[in-house]
Amino acid sequence: MSESINQAPVKVAVRNLTKKFGDLLVLDNMTFDIHRNEFVCVVGPTGCGKTTFLNCLTRIHEPTEGDLYIDGVPADPRKHNISFVFQEPSAMPWLNVQDNIAYGLRIKRLPQAEIDRRVNQILDLMGLQDSRRKYPGELSVSAAQRVIIGRSFAMQPDLLLMDEPYGQMDVKMRFYLEDEVIRLWRELKSTVVFITHNIEEAVYLAQRVIILSNKPANIKETLTIDLPHPRSVSDPRFIEYRNYITDKIKWW
Amino acid sequence: MEQLTKKMEIIGVSKTFFNEKDYFTTLDSVTFDVHEGEFLVLLGPGRCGKTVLLNIIAGLVEKTSGSILYDGHEITGVNSEVAMVFQKMALMPFKTVMENVELGLKFKHMPKAERRKICQRYIDLVGLQGFEKAYPSALSGGMKQRVGIARAYANDPKVLIMDEPFGALDAQTRYAMQNEILRIWGEEKRTIVYVTNNIEEAIYLGSRIVLLSQCPATVKAVYPIDLPRPRDMVSPEFMALRTEISNNTDLSI
Repeated sequence: MSESINQAPVKVAVRNLTKKFGDLLVLDNMTFDIHRNEFVCVVGPTGCGKTTFLNCLTRIHEPTEGDLYIDGVPADPRKHNISFVFQEPSAMPWLNVQDNIAYGLRIKRLPQAEIDRRVNQILDLMGLQDSRRKYPGELSVSAAQRVIIGRSFAMQPDLLLMDEPYGQMDVKMRFYLEDEVIRLWRELKSTVVFITHNIEEAVYLAQRVIILSNKPANIKETLTIDLPHPRSVSDPRFIEYRNYITDKIKWW
Repeated sequence: MEQLTKKMEIIGVSKTFFNEKDYFTTLDSVTFDVHEGEFLVLLGPGRCGKTVLLNIIAGLVEKTSGSILYDGHEITGVNSEVAMVFQKMALMPFKTVMENVELGLKFKHMPKAERRKICQRYIDLVGLQGFEKAYPSALSGGMKQRVGIARAYANDPKVLIMDEPFGALDAQTRYAMQNEILRIWGEEKRTIVYVTNNIEEAIYLGSRIVLLSQCPATVKAVYPIDLPRPRDMVSPEFMALRTEISNNTDLSI
């Protein structure tokens, strides 16, 4: 399958990204671009190094070789915003919903009016206005996860990384949240890298899917999903994409 | 046509939790049958009371009203012919794989040589041969859950209850384990009652699906699944059934 040409400028450039732990090679010379306002999903076999890959992108780990460039300059936490949504809900339990969403904005010392505007925008987009004064402990797991996703989008980050945020949700909830994340992405024009084990989810969301190989991970293939949103999971072309990717990573 | 002997009958089971000021109903008159030898899936949205229902069937929690018949007789309390595989991998971290699997038989005072022989068979069955002396911390998530399954089988239950056993595993490991559990079910014909919130998993595994509503849980529908095995998750029949069940499921935001 072919890769179509994205006209938007390159937002994030990853060049020769390599990570070794001692002698163990985990990431093997990965090079790819992510365009502005693109939604990219990353899939790969279990244990292929996806978490290490993310940790190198966020600079939690320093890459052994290669680097990450945002708008053409090396990624720098003092200049760039990279937001991260973890697999497990990570809302601050001592802050209510609106303060959780405002948390990063306050750290960045945005003017109060701008913080209020963004928090309200997120609450509106997610339909969470009624819950704005609730604490995470009063919310269901899925609602708490939505708060985190709202918090990440509120930062209007240069790059938003999501590590399988809907891993434990039931199918119906997943579709609801996936539609929501598409809505946020469209509205806020974010650049998103979304890691998932779930191939149906990847095909449902992504403009482009990056398929990783077994460890040491490198890019096996990049696949453009040429289907309009909203997508139907029973569309024969959808199933064709799904089967194609499944074959590429199948080990079970 | 499969012979439909009723192994268990769950009749009008309700559960209400009380404290001094308040009460909370989780199950509202739940009724369904469990057939001998079938793979019955209980499907329901998150936090609908599935685990409470299972605990009642296993006799770990008392019901408020209703009754449970086993082979036609009403039972109360723990039923020793029912074994359970838990959602969280409830293994003893300070015991090896073998010691974890033989725990139930040890409590029944079965001589060591005899119980080791039985346990070895089930460790082999779940594909953990060579890991008998390993501690749980050395095992992956899928392997830990296999230990839990071997431990449940070693007690020679007639009915095996599994509470979202693969909920904590990633999607791919889960596919592998689903095939494993079907293989084990095929080799060791026991009745399985399997709880999940994953519609795809339910249709892939189940002989029948009992669909529960959101809390307080009632039985919304029962779906017999006649698709031939191994089932194809992207076949039109499978997708149609998934959509049908999904449309009939409550969304718990």
